[in-house]
Amino acid sequence: MAEIVLQNITKKFSHVVALNDVSLCVRSGEFMVLLGPTGAGKTTTLRVIAGLEKQDEGQILFDGNDVSTHTPADRDVAFVFQQYSLYPTMSVYDNLAFPLRSPLRKMAEADIKARVQQVAELLRITHLLERKTARLSGGEMQRVSIGRAIVRRPRAFLMDEPLSNLDAKLREALRIELKHIQKTQSSTTLFVTHDQIEALTMADRIGVLFEGKLIQVGTPTDIYDRPTTTFVAQLVGTPRINLHKASRDNGTLHIMNSEVSLPMPPDTTAHLPPTFTLGIRPEDVKITPTGALAGQVVLIEPLGVETVVHIRAGHQTLLSVVPGMTTLKLHEEVRFDVERERLHFFNSDGARIL
Amino acid sequence: MATIELIQVEKKFGANYAVKPMDLTIRDGEFLVLLGPSGCGKTTTLRMISGLESVTAGCIKLNGRDVTWIHPSQRDIAFVFQFFALYPHMTVRDNIAFPLQAQQVPRAEVNRRVDEVVKLLQIEHLLNSRPGALSSGDQQRVSLARALVRRPAAFLMDEPLGALDADYRETMRAEIKRLHIDQHATSVYVTHDQIEAMAMGDRIVVMSAAMVQQVGTPAEVYYDPANLFVARFIGSPGMNLIRGQYEQGQFIFPRGDRYTVPANWRPALDKALNGAGEVILGFRPESGKVEVQQTDNLIKAEVYASDMHGGFSMLHLDVGAPNVVHIRANRDTDFLMGERVHFGLDPAMVRFFHPQSELAIRREEN
Repeated sequence: MAEIVLQNITKKFSHVVALNDVSLCVRSGEFMVLLGPTGAGKTTTLRVIAGLEKQDEGQILFDGNDVSTHTPADRDVAFVFQQYSLYPTMSVYDNLAFPLRSPLRKMAEADIKARVQQVAELLRITHLLERKTARLSGGEMQRVSIGRAIVRRPRAFLMDEPLSNLDAKLREALRIELKHIQKTQSSTTLFVTHDQIEALTMADRIGVLFEGKLIQVGTPTDIYDRPTTTFVAQLVGTPRINLHKASRDNGTLHIMNSEVSLPMPPDTTAHLPPTFTLGIRPEDVKITPTGALAGQVVLIEPLGVETVVHIRAGHQTLLSVVPGMTTLKLHEEVRFDVERERLHFFNSDGARIL
Repeated sequence: MATIELIQVEKKFGANYAVKPMDLTIRDGEFLVLLGPSGCGKTTTLRMISGLESVTAGCIKLNGRDVTWIHPSQRDIAFVFQFFALYPHMTVRDNIAFPLQAQQVPRAEVNRRVDEVVKLLQIEHLLNSRPGALSSGDQQRVSLARALVRRPAAFLMDEPLGALDADYRETMRAEIKRLHIDQHATSVYVTHDQIEAMAMGDRIVVMSAAMVQQVGTPAEVYYDPANLFVARFIGSPGMNLIRGQYEQGQFIFPRGDRYTVPANWRPALDKALNGAGEVILGFRPESGKVEVQQTDNLIKAEVYASDMHGGFSMLHLDVGAPNVVHIRANRDTDFLMGERVHFGLDPAMVRFFHPQSELAIRREEN
């Protein structure tokens, strides 16, 4: 499997800069996820790598070789789209065998059969092999699409939101299967999504794209625990991170327009400017009778496994996540505290203060 | 203020039921959610309550008054749709004022009520904009304002957040619930999103295949699902469900592992299965726990995959193909694919279901 390197890639569509000086390395065997909102440049990145679009500046390297002038066929990457592109009149078997029957490959029918069987088992679609693809459910069709990409043993997989047309339960199941398959095959995969849960749960590393720029690259833990901007901090995690304007007064932090004051351990705040943005993940807001802070419960959202509690303190609302179904009542006064060592600080431009 | 009663209400298209006969009472001030996958009959039910769809049998009462054959406009019910349905050529103020002007409310009263509702929804600054210039979240706020300004006896909402991005959805979900807490208007809310239903509903009506599967509070449908459909549909991921054999107080996994069921389940299982037989074991992801020490009553598994969800991790464990169970774990938990592990179950969170009827087996409460 190939290592894919993007060096200073810029791509413009007339006056719109779709990709702005993007450099990225997808290591051999790595599952890399590009995460970003609509219009961030995710699909354009995939299309440039596949050779379906030509970049205006920069190079694409496969295993160290510049492939910028190579045709899509020569690059030998497999593309999986959001919309399944199967041949409806062919059986699942023939759809899977199709890429192998290319005259260029000259593969024996017995070898094709063995390869199709192996992929079908991996994707748990052996029982569907004789069926016409028009008669499959959405989840089955997407499995076959992924199967058709895998069967070729390409140098890399490019996946463009392949799960986003499926319902929530299927998406969950396929997410886990896809990760399992990628790990067993150690295939270089670049997977594009706007869904932060897909990114966190599947990726070895995540690249966050916004307005054509790569904002941050890191492991899911890096992205979640050390977001480099407020944009990234808000992009990952449900419920969303609490972000509040705050100020510093000696060793104490104050959330503006609230009654929240946090005395901090010595020497932990000296590097902060007088005013900044304070980020607190909801799971780091702990409701406890011994908490140093006080507020009122203004909303309770039970989700089953956990409950989101909205706490009003002064004119600010903080979200807290508590396990299970809470016994807290609406309008109840509560005491709470925050995990001091897990606070996030950002300056007025939204950049992380280390 | 309103109580809505559905008595043996049904809807048939030709020979097919869109909604099978159902009884339901929506209490005064309640936030009731109709939840189910597409085609389950939830929107048809809502449309019958509104009068946009006629019933083929049964009776609908609003505050005790039979409104089954009353025109929608005379039912004193407001409808909020998924698509914003705003007039693009009118300003936000005129859009919100429109339902009142249509009722010939005096102008001073119209202005007073519009001002009140825009303050509630915090959209004062948008009054002179046109809908096309607004974000989708603000457009939905304006739709809500237009429904609220009428002060209807009841609100019907059909996937009002369906067209919004994930982050707006989370914000609007909380705003609509807060609005409900302030106003306490009887509300019926349709969604296919179980997280939305759990977060917002006082009670949830889970529907599938034109039938009500369960009516209950979020805690009831989560902890005590009435059948396999509800067990799977509620929760993300849904309840882990394993088909196996029961005999003499033990549940036998497909691979032969034996799990001794909690003692308080034995009488109910012995009775329901006539001593022994096939049964489905269910447990929620947070009720399983991987144990390092080999102690009694643990189940063997191999790690199929594990992943980080931000505040926690999820382990996917193979307990004999094709059964993969999902277990919620501490975030620092790190397991390798293929690693052999053992897990135990919280005895208070174990559930059982009949494999044929798919109904939950209930314990005798003491």
